[in-house]
Amino acid sequence: MSTETHIEEPALPAQGELYGYLAEYDTPGELVEAARKVRDAGYTDFDCYSPFPVHGIDPAMGIKRTILPLVIFGGGFSGALGGLLLQWYCNAHAWTWNISGKPTWSIPANIPIAYECAILLSVFTTFFGMWAFNKLPQVWHPLFRLDRFTRVTDDGFFLGIEARDRRFDADKTKTLLQEAGAIALEPCYYDPDPKTRMMPKWITAFIVASTAFALIPFAIAAKARNSHSAEPHWHIFPDMDFQPKAKSDTANDLFPDGRTNRGEIAGTVARGWLENDDVLYHGLENGQWTTGFPKTHRDGTPFVVDAKLLARGQSRFNIYCTPCHGYDGRGQGMIPERVKALGGVWQARNLVEAPQADGKGGVVIQMPNGQLFNTISNGYNTMQGYAAQIPADDRWAIVSYVRALERAQNASTDDVPADQKGAVQ
Amino acid sequence: MSIEAEVPHEPGKAREFFRSVTKDVSWIAEAPKPHKLWLLALTVAIAMFGWGLFCIYKLVMTGIGVWGNSNTVCWAWDITNFVWWIGIGHAGTLISAVLYLTRQHWRVSINRSAEAMTIFAVMAAGLFPLLHTGRPWFAWWMIPIPNDMGSMWPQFRSPLMWDVFAVSTYMTTSILFWYMGMVPDLATFRDRCANQGKNIRAAIYGVVSLGWRGSARQWHRYERAYLILAGLATPLVFSVHSVVSFDFATSQLPGWHTTIFPPYFVAGAIFSGFAMVLTLLLPLRYLFNLQHIIKQEHIHAMCRIMLGTGMMVGLAYGSEFFIAWYSGNPFEQFTFVSRAFGPFWWAYFLMVGNNVLIPQFFWFKWVRDNNILIWALCICINIGMWFERFVIIATSLARSFLPSAWSYYHPTRYDVGVFVGTIGMFLMLFLLFFRFLPVVAISEVKGAAPEAHAGGPSKGGHH
Repeated sequence: MSTETHIEEPALPAQGELYGYLAEYDTPGELVEAARKVRDAGYTDFDCYSPFPVHGIDPAMGIKRTILPLVIFGGGFSGALGGLLLQWYCNAHAWTWNISGKPTWSIPANIPIAYECAILLSVFTTFFGMWAFNKLPQVWHPLFRLDRFTRVTDDGFFLGIEARDRRFDADKTKTLLQEAGAIALEPCYYDPDPKTRMMPKWITAFIVASTAFALIPFAIAAKARNSHSAEPHWHIFPDMDFQPKAKSDTANDLFPDGRTNRGEIAGTVARGWLENDDVLYHGLENGQWTTGFPKTHRDGTPFVVDAKLLARGQSRFNIYCTPCHGYDGRGQGMIPERVKALGGVWQARNLVEAPQADGKGGVVIQMPNGQLFNTISNGYNTMQGYAAQIPADDRWAIVSYVRALERAQNASTDDVPADQKGAVQ
Repeated sequence: MSIEAEVPHEPGKAREFFRSVTKDVSWIAEAPKPHKLWLLALTVAIAMFGWGLFCIYKLVMTGIGVWGNSNTVCWAWDITNFVWWIGIGHAGTLISAVLYLTRQHWRVSINRSAEAMTIFAVMAAGLFPLLHTGRPWFAWWMIPIPNDMGSMWPQFRSPLMWDVFAVSTYMTTSILFWYMGMVPDLATFRDRCANQGKNIRAAIYGVVSLGWRGSARQWHRYERAYLILAGLATPLVFSVHSVVSFDFATSQLPGWHTTIFPPYFVAGAIFSGFAMVLTLLLPLRYLFNLQHIIKQEHIHAMCRIMLGTGMMVGLAYGSEFFIAWYSGNPFEQFTFVSRAFGPFWWAYFLMVGNNVLIPQFFWFKWVRDNNILIWALCICINIGMWFERFVIIATSLARSFLPSAWSYYHPTRYDVGVFVGTIGMFLMLFLLFFRFLPVVAISEVKGAAPEAHAGGPSKGGHH
């Protein structure tokens, strides 16, 4: 074999330092044999180059197993953990979702995403880790200066011994490579210009500039989070925030009077304007809270305070008012009871409390009927208004029932009719 | 065992073989002028893609009302297309990862193009849920980033969020796997272009091949990483279509609410993916003289896989009916009777005919040898698998619990247009890939050939 070897003179005019010797072999099998010989001769700074991974070359060269899998395990583990943490932070901490009272944090539903995150991070670690361990991308390498070396991605099987190896000796190394069956052998030199061994300046500049540019949005976000502004939002996607429509009480060129608002149309009544009975709908009589009851119902029939009205009032009261005020009107309904069970202190207004001698307390008893009606209609403090849920007639029925309740809850035996007194006692 | 013994150890013989592999693949990208039929196909694909872009423009500017979706059939062609495309993608990962782990060496001739197909199919798939949101510019709401809406976060217990993570992980992994596998071949292109004096091309291929120099120490880590990526892609590919099936399986709708979905969807995905691989590769193999790289025996193997997965799908169809009967649930029973004999009976029979009966032809060797027939059968399977998803989605919705809500589904021209557009995009990207990138994994073909062991000791062989 060695008789076929021809040593080529370097083709490049100016040469730098010697990088090493590159020998070419005919077959993958011969390359493996050569690698074994070079290794047995004690060389460590050498490498084989081939168009595909040659079988059996790792033990021949004495390549140790890469620690890449361990790193990848770390990546995958942090992916799973990070995925779980992300979901916990988002759904169980920062913004808890109450869905049918299910627990805010339960692992099974969070497994798929943790699983995908584990795979994603493992893949990133594998991909980027492999290139990092291989010291790639690399913008230069002395071997690329050899024309012969372009065949390494085609049909070339090469073995290169570097000059920095402590056993390197120009003649001995050459002889070793030839005796191992090289079909060609040539020296490889560094480029004399050290600049070619560095990253081109414009690439460095581009990386620095684009990194700085990419940080701008984060800088803007950080500034916005720590400052106040009177300016309106940026509407990158305005969607329906701004609509081409006329709003009330604005100027408008379309109409001769220059206003968007249009007046009443002759012969029509605006919604709600038929409710002109101040007592029935607002509890007002001559601008004051009424102390009586309306004269008519909504349908015009006379308003009579009788057992039927009280029964209606009782049924409405039991539906709408008892959850807070209780059946007896003393403000101890289900909700205050629940608050108490949870360790809180709150009770609804006592509707039937009698006024004390100094005039304090007994707020509801001292209210005129109109004001009580208004409170039911429009609410008071934490109590919501019930006008939307209870028709005016029924609200008046409730007023009558509350009055009856006040009377009953503060009654004494004197109030019992004489012929039934015996039964009570 | 002793492949080496069969290879005559003649000096230069092995290298000659490796050179021929390089040349057979590289000439496609190096040919000064593209093939006329390639140009024609690219023109058609771009026209389809253009029409699709116009339909997407109308869709986004008007709203998804231009589609045929209604209150009753609220998921229709859009989700059908999404699942169909994602399924097609699965064959690529299966070929590149699962067959790698199971040491099926025949995969090396098709894995590169199958992986490319995966990426382009997932790109097409991703468009549909995005467009179905109606306001694709709010897609970033699916990403957990701090926002000005009272720090509102995505609901991670929704299968639709699982989809976002599964599909994007799948997309990322597929791209990285594909690219990593391509680097040594891109280096081949780099060196060839440099030798031919094409400096601009050499510079571009040089940048993307990252300075690869085929060092054994680098190959060692590269192979390890490749093996691990294959090991990661395998559970990933099964999880992706399982998660896609959860979109349906976690709902309460009869016809969707079933535990058979994950394996059934994965089998269907592989089935349809192989049909698409053959649909693409059979013509291109002739066009670019790749017959001695993509051999007839490889096509045989793919036909057998289609036969197997086709029968798995058939078993799933049968199991669904059996379980509907066995469950004693009248809603479930009604759904399946109406699926086969209701208003969409024609879609159901297209599905069963194309997916269960058509693959039975692959039992016969004369069918597996007739590439034109195989191609026609693969087209049938592609259609059948599209109808499988349509049947699951549309028929279940059209006949759900409330008879007052029942309706029929009619696609509009925008449904058709967007779908045709994604087919155009897919074909366009695939054709461009075929012209500019190494379409076959050159280094893997060399490594899997008997010549890779030339000159080695004949005893022992490969272990």
